[in-house]
This record gives sequence, C-alpha cells and structure tokens, in this order.
Amino acid sequence: MAYAFRVYESWLMGYRRTWRGSVVSSVLNPVLYLTALGIGLGKLVNRGNALGIPYIEFVAPGMLAVVAMQIGTFEASYPVMASIRWTRQYHAILATPLRIRDIVLGHQLYVASRVGVAAGIYLVALVAFDAIRSPWAVLAWPVAILLGLSFSAPVSAFSAWLENEGGFNALFRFGITPLFLFSGTFFPLARLPHGVRELAYLTPLWHGVDLMRHLTLGTPRLWPSLGHVAYIALWFVVGLWLAERTHTKKLIT
Amino acid sequence: MNDSALIHARGLRKRFGDLTAVDGIDFDVQKGEAFGFLGPNGAGKSSTMRMIACVSPPTDGTLRILDMDPSRDGPLIRGRLGVVPQLDTLDNELTVRENLIIYARYFGISRKDARVRADELLEFVQLTDRAKSKVEPLSGGMKRRLTIARSLVNNPEVLLLDEPTTGLDPQARHVVWERLFRLKQQGVTLVLTTHYMDEAEQLCDRLVIMDRGRIAEEGSPAELITRLSTREVVELRFPDELPEIDSGVFNGQVARVEALPDRILLYTDDGDAIVPLVHEKLHPQSVLVRRSSLEDVFLSLTGRTLID
Repeated sequence: MAYAFRVYESWLMGYRRTWRGSVVSSVLNPVLYLTALGIGLGKLVNRGNALGIPYIEFVAPGMLAVVAMQIGTFEASYPVMASIRWTRQYHAILATPLRIRDIVLGHQLYVASRVGVAAGIYLVALVAFDAIRSPWAVLAWPVAILLGLSFSAPVSAFSAWLENEGGFNALFRFGITPLFLFSGTFFPLARLPHGVRELAYLTPLWHGVDLMRHLTLGTPRLWPSLGHVAYIALWFVVGLWLAERTHTKKLIT
Repeated sequence: MNDSALIHARGLRKRFGDLTAVDGIDFDVQKGEAFGFLGPNGAGKSSTMRMIACVSPPTDGTLRILDMDPSRDGPLIRGRLGVVPQLDTLDNELTVRENLIIYARYFGISRKDARVRADELLEFVQLTDRAKSKVEPLSGGMKRRLTIARSLVNNPEVLLLDEPTTGLDPQARHVVWERLFRLKQQGVTLVLTTHYMDEAEQLCDRLVIMDRGRIAEEGSPAELITRLSTREVVELRFPDELPEIDSGVFNGQVARVEALPDRILLYTDDGDAIVPLVHEKLHPQSVLVRRSSLEDVFLSLTGRTLID
C-alpha cells in the first residue's frame, strides 16, 4: 500500500496544475443543476406532489450520485489511456520498484480524492439549498466515494484494454448517459416499464442513488443499506481485479 | 557461468505470437563495463532490453540480473537499475526539477533527499538553469539528458540505455556520450543498444552484433574489426551504373568487394597502394580511403548495412 501512495502522490502533483478549474466546476455544477431542476423540471415531475416530498429533496441525492459516477468515470478514462499510450507515465513508473498493482491502486486513491472533494462541496451546497433532511446525510459522503470507485475501477480496466480513444464515445453514449437518465436520479424507477427497471437495478448507480436518498431523507434501514454498499463494493473489487489484468496485459509484454 | 556477471543470459528467447524477436541468445555483462547490442532496427535489441528491464517476461531460456530472477524479483531488480527508454517518458506537465523529484519518490527516496538529489543530477547533466522550465519546450538533447538524469536518481548499479542518441543532432549526441563516459568512469555498468556504429565504437568496451534475433558476433570494437574486416576500405562512387568488379584485377591486394546500391567497397589492408590501380582500371568519379569500422563488420557478417 505504501507503494501505491507514491503513485497517488504523482497524480496529486499533476493535479496541482488544474485544481482551480475543477473546484470551480465542482461548486458551479450543483448550483446550476439544483436551480434548473428544482425550479424547472421539478414542477413537472412532482405535479400534484406525486412524490410526497419537495422535488429538490428527491433529486438532490440523485445528483450527488451522478457527480460521483461522472468523476469516477471520467478520471478513469482519458487519464488512464494517456498514462499508457500518450504521456506513457505508466511505462516510466514500471522502470522503478513499483508494480502494476501499485499503479492501479494509486490511481484509484487519486480518483477517491477527486470524488471526495467534489461530493463534499456538493453536500455543502445541498445543505445551503435546504435539500437535506437528516444528519444521516453525512454518510452519503463515503457512499459517494465508494460509488465513484465502483465506476472508476471497471472503467480504468476498460481504458487499459482499449486500443484507441474511440471506445470512450461508446462508453459515455451507451453507458453513462442512459445511467444518468434512468437510474432513479430524476424520477422514481417505478415509472419505468418492466425490463428497463430491472436493468437499472443491476447498475451500481441505482444502488447509490437509493441509498443516498434514504440517507439524506433520514430513512435508512440497516439491511437494505448494507446490501447496497455490498453491491457497490462488489463492482469496485471486480473492477480492480479486471484493471490489474488489463493493465498487465498492456504494459508487461 | 561467470560469478561476477551482473547480467547473465543463456538461450534467451522472446516470441510475440508467430514473431520471434529474440531467438536464443547468450551473453554476460560484467561489472563496470560498457556493453552494447549493435544491430539494425528489428534485430531484437529493444526486446532484449525490455526483458532485462523486467517489463517483458522471457518466453524461454535463462536470465539472471544482479543474481536475481526477473520473473520473481522484478521490483527488487528494478530498484537497482536505471532505465533510459527509447521513447522519452518524461512528464510534460511538470517542470524539469519536478520530473526528477517525483521519480525519486517512486523509489521511496524522502522528499528532502529527492530535492538534493534532483539538484545534483541537474548539475551533472548541465540543466541547472532550466530547473524551473516545463519539459515541453526543451530541445531533444536536453530531454535526453533529463531522461538520463532521471534514470540516475536511485544511484543504479546498471544503466540500461535503449538507443540513447537516436534522433539527436551531432552536437547533442557528443554531449550525451561525454556524460555517459563520465558515468562509466564512476563505475556504473552501462548496457546500451544502438544502430550507430560510431556510438558503439565510442562507448562500448564489448559488444554483440545482433541480426534477426540472434547474436552474430561478440568482442571489443577493435577486435571485431581486426577479426572480421580488413584494415582499410576504399569507397568508390561512379557517375552512372556501378561496374562489375572482379577482385582478381588487384593481384590479391583486395580481400573482398562489396557492391552497395550507391557505391562499391574494396576491402584491403593498404588502401593507398591500390588507388592508382583503381583509377587506371575503373575510372571512378570519387575514391575515398578510410579505416574499417563496425559498419563493415556488420556488412561482412550479414551482407546488409546497419541503417537501411
């Protein structure tokens, strides 16, 4: 693990050059989304108070989960491909005592930090928008980090496996965007037809959304919550295992 | 097996699918020497280097590095090697100095020591005044020197250099050679690949000539030239078609005639002695007498030139 921290440190060193921009967007995004959704879309989805709660309270945890997914996915896409193919930093690292495992874990640590910072800012914004009902919401923060990792680990495996950046378009278009729209983020899954709904249950995003929603509304129940955590963690662990394999295949030839 | 060998290979083989890049080679690199793999592109030099750098498992054969097994002790071995890869892997986003510091951190060197080491190495490769510059705008020669500095952060016992001066202009190459020579004097074992015969002659105490995955010959540059070529070479150029030449016309003074696409080489021990005869019989446009080089050794071994 100490070795992985050396890789983590190098990611942070690179991040020092771009952190201002990313923090600004981490603050601006929630404000823009919450304003637009809370005022605009909410009126439509929550007609006649169909949800039983203000729309902003419904959509806030959904957006938090989406942010975790987006950062987790993005940070594991182009940056990983760049480190293997363009800047070749991973090749440089492999001329030192560090191993593939350290490269993969160090990168995941970095993604966890990125998600952690953005999710933290988001949670504070949610409090400011009066979208949080319960102190349980504090736990939504680690859940957001785990959710981010459940995307970044398998996506980094995918990025190492890809031969060129074309595959990312497919990932975002057919993977991330549908998840973003149909995982109970903006409206309850119950409004989706059977078949599509079950598909959503398979994704870590829905589990994250459902868990975070219970936390911010103050209605978590032990076993379902643990089930959600376990399912999200499973994606992370399997993703790590795959990532080590695909990175090895690409870098040790 | 030689006990003092830092790198020991027997029957070393590397296959990629149907392609055999390295086809069963034997060599030993001794402590403190500069050892070279000379050969054209595609000879298997880089594949050999990647196996020594522990980032490419051998398909077959024995490979021991610092008396360890690269397939098992890769990280331990890599901690004692320095690697200068063929393609620069510097971080363009960071400054020159930051590149060295982060690299030192990979080896577990403390931040404080890393900063001291970085400054020493910048001094050594004459980049102190560029310490705070980004990497991107540096010249090719400066990037190479920075890569060499980076490969030295861990005080390696063996420095692996894959085509260290390919793509550099002559002046930048000489600066790199001079620094590498200094390292050799300090006792660092150098292992390098090159397809430049002048680089091999400048730097290597001993080298192997590689061709198509195999080692064709082994020895010191001078020894190889003496053994496998004549003392001198007469190069002839012609305005039009190259004539057919029968070495018999030189009364046994020419050991071998080599016809290249653009010139003809006459291998002889005394070039000046046959020049009058050459003018009289062949009427060449130009005649150049020079000493034999490793290029000629390679030509006589394989019938091809090093740089196609």
